[in-house]
Amino acid sequence: MVMHRITLTINGEIERIDIPSHWTLLKTLREKLALTGTKNGCAAGECGACTVMLDGEPVNSCMVLGVECDGAEIITVEGLADDETLDPIQQALIDAGGVQCGFCTPGVLINAKSLLSRNPKPSEEEIKLALVGNLCRCTGYVRIIEGIKQAAELSA
Amino acid sequence: MSNAHPSLPEFDYIKPESLEAATRFLADNAGVARPFMGGTDVFVRMRDGVWKEMYLVDVKGLDGMKDISFDDSKGITIGAAVCNNKISSHPDIRKHYPLLAEAADSCASYQLRNRATMVGNICNASPAGDTIGACLLLDGTLSVHGVKGEREESLDGYFKGPGETVLEAGDIVTAIHFPIPPDGFVGTYIKHGRNKASDLAIVGVTAIGFPHSASTSGYRFRLALASVAPTPIEVKEVTSILADAEISAKTISKAAQAAMDAVSPIDDVRGSAKYRKMMVRNLSRRALTEVWEKLRS
Repeated sequence: MVMHRITLTINGEIERIDIPSHWTLLKTLREKLALTGTKNGCAAGECGACTVMLDGEPVNSCMVLGVECDGAEIITVEGLADDETLDPIQQALIDAGGVQCGFCTPGVLINAKSLLSRNPKPSEEEIKLALVGNLCRCTGYVRIIEGIKQAAELSA
Repeated sequence: MSNAHPSLPEFDYIKPESLEAATRFLADNAGVARPFMGGTDVFVRMRDGVWKEMYLVDVKGLDGMKDISFDDSKGITIGAAVCNNKISSHPDIRKHYPLLAEAADSCASYQLRNRATMVGNICNASPAGDTIGACLLLDGTLSVHGVKGEREESLDGYFKGPGETVLEAGDIVTAIHFPIPPDGFVGTYIKHGRNKASDLAIVGVTAIGFPHSASTSGYRFRLALASVAPTPIEVKEVTSILADAEISAKTISKAAQAAMDAVSPIDDVRGSAKYRKMMVRNLSRRALTEVWEKLRS
């Protein structure tokens, strides 16, 4: 089994790690770096629970190899808050009641943050389209969408 | 009990320094090595045990693979590793090839489109490929680097079966090129899935049209279909029916019936063959009508 030494910037910290070829970024985050906020849902790029920011764009970390990320900058849900101050999208999702079991939440947060950075005032339809790749089995999505709207208003 | 969280099987990740080295490695390891771009199809098939390659060869960092270049006489060349979100947001593509932007945006989810590529879609040759209809009707040509050097492959005749193409061991598609569409070109892609977005197509219909003085009708239409045959197909009867007679609701219905007669779908988890055939007729009629309305507006 070939091991690869890679360097990543994760949530602002530089990490040098050794991983085998077949480890996904998801597995690398959870099992090498103990960043278990990123969830393993479907492992097939469908559910979005593993969404992280890779060089500024959201990706399904189950569909990226760890070794492909050599030199990349990654932000996970653990990197959203500024010390003890939550990111506005985190606070808005709590305030709107958009968190129930919480399994989809890390992926929703990362994807919603990306949406608001490229479109600060999304319509409800635009929010729904942006969240197509984030499955939630609890909320029925209504309060998640509400939370994203609130976050957009807060940062306006 | 099946494992709900399967991992990728072991393989070696190879990142060649040049196209020549990549081609040589792939040719020397034919059958056990596979090139990949975004990996969104490859990883799923590896994980499910459908593919068992020992080596995955990452070719997306090689020369020009991430470039898009537009020339208003020659057309557009899109590097093989350009992801769908970059395609659908590119100003020249939105302006001159809106159908490509629409097709690129219809695949899966935003996160997946940050990895998925149009050329990967074509290399995987799924009968359901969302972008393939647009690529066929825009006369896409692939640039291929193989053991004998560079060559061009037209998409006409490229697809041989589900997942099968004319590509051989060692071949790496480096880019896709589209000429400038004819004046007045309009098009649409109707994707019929189990839900409004994200899912694979049960039926995918791409239709285009443009003014064409050599036709009796004054127009040339083309129609391509996904998920209803072993490969994505163009129904050429549609073009002749709508060239030889005045365009009307009646001739459009006749063309849609020809599309239905041309397909050979299968029953699967997303829909029955019978349902697919009927939807081909209905959605072809809708797509051709939409194109006709755009042409007249």
